Amino acid sequence: MVSAHTTELGYNSKIEGEVIVSRADAVINWIRTNSVWPMPMGLACCAIELMAVGNGRFDISRFGAEVMRFSPRQADCMIVAGTVTYKMAAQVRRIYDQMMSPKWVIAMGACASSGGMYRSYATLQGVDRILPVDVYISGCPPRPEAILDALIKLQGKIKTERSASNLFKET
Amino acid sequence: MTAPAAAKTALKEKFPQVTDRPSADHDAVNVPVGEVVAALRFLRDEHAFDLLMDLTAIDWAEGASPRFTVVYHLFSSLNLGYIRVATDCASNDEPTAPSVVDLWPAANWHERECYDLLGVKFTAHPDLRRILMWEGYPYHPLRKDFPLAGIEVPLPDEEISAATGTAVIAAPMMGGPFVASPGEINLTEAEPRAKDESWSDRDARPDQTALKQLKS
Repeated sequence: MVSAHTTELGYNSKIEGEVIVSRADAVINWIRTNSVWPMPMGLACCAIELMAVGNGRFDISRFGAEVMRFSPRQADCMIVAGTVTYKMAAQVRRIYDQMMSPKWVIAMGACASSGGMYRSYATLQGVDRILPVDVYISGCPPRPEAILDALIKLQGKIKTERSASNLFKET
Repeated sequence: MTAPAAAKTALKEKFPQVTDRPSADHDAVNVPVGEVVAALRFLRDEHAFDLLMDLTAIDWAEGASPRFTVVYHLFSSLNLGYIRVATDCASNDEPTAPSVVDLWPAANWHERECYDLLGVKFTAHPDLRRILMWEGYPYHPLRKDFPLAGIEVPLPDEEISAATGTAVIAAPMMGGPFVASPGEINLTEAEPRAKDESWSDRDARPDQTALKQLKS
């Protein structure tokens, strides 16, 4: 029997008076998830693919991460795109240190993840030796879709964080 | 006679100690290290070799004498010809060569690279600093006695080194360096990676004695 009083599944401001009740973690994580501003640490050819992911064809802005910030102080997620030499390692770490918490790191491509094909005296064998990496992307260089996949993975990780209690934690 | 060959003949007449150098492509000469600047100036001013295309050095081997040879590649944009000038460094332990920055400003960075990677000191160079490796790096990586993997040293930045607890490590070679053996037709089989997959950075390479014990 069809009833006139069907159940409202969505949010109805007329009934609830423009008040939403939720958990602080859920709200904070929801905000952070959809505004991950990347710090493009472009060091080699991976940076070209990183540029492609901002273009209309792949459109990283669908995930709220199109605001590439070249100042580490305004960025949330460092994308290490390319070969990190030992000479550059200190600068990469310094830029990471200048980023505001909360901050995340994506190691993009074979070189950033493990040194890649550069098994040599001059190349850092994986950026995880100096930075806490959240997501690794395989590929040399990775396709832009792989970067989007990594971003979605990172968003999944951000959603599980205990952000509210972390606000008062000493870092 | 082509222009570089004529220049070579003239050079040998002017500097009697200059000798022919075996070469598969362009004309080449050996010049004593004491005369090299004068010879290069002669080639530049009298024979229009106005471009220094490349400046590099060779490390023949540990124990070889002469061990280091500095090589200049000159090009004449007037006569469209190349000539190669090589000079052996006098010392095998602390090789030096005269700087040619005064003749060709292009030599500046080439000599810095040469100093950085091979340790050839260029006397009277205006700014002989390392160009690729960082200041204070104790080795010259392209020398024959330097391993490809590298030698463990601290990171360039002490602060970062302390904060991260990491250092410049000898790179894990994992069965490499990845060069195919000569004469092998099947490139998949020629890959060193295909030859030895029994060990990686996680599983240590079983050394021969342990392997023998395992078999017996």
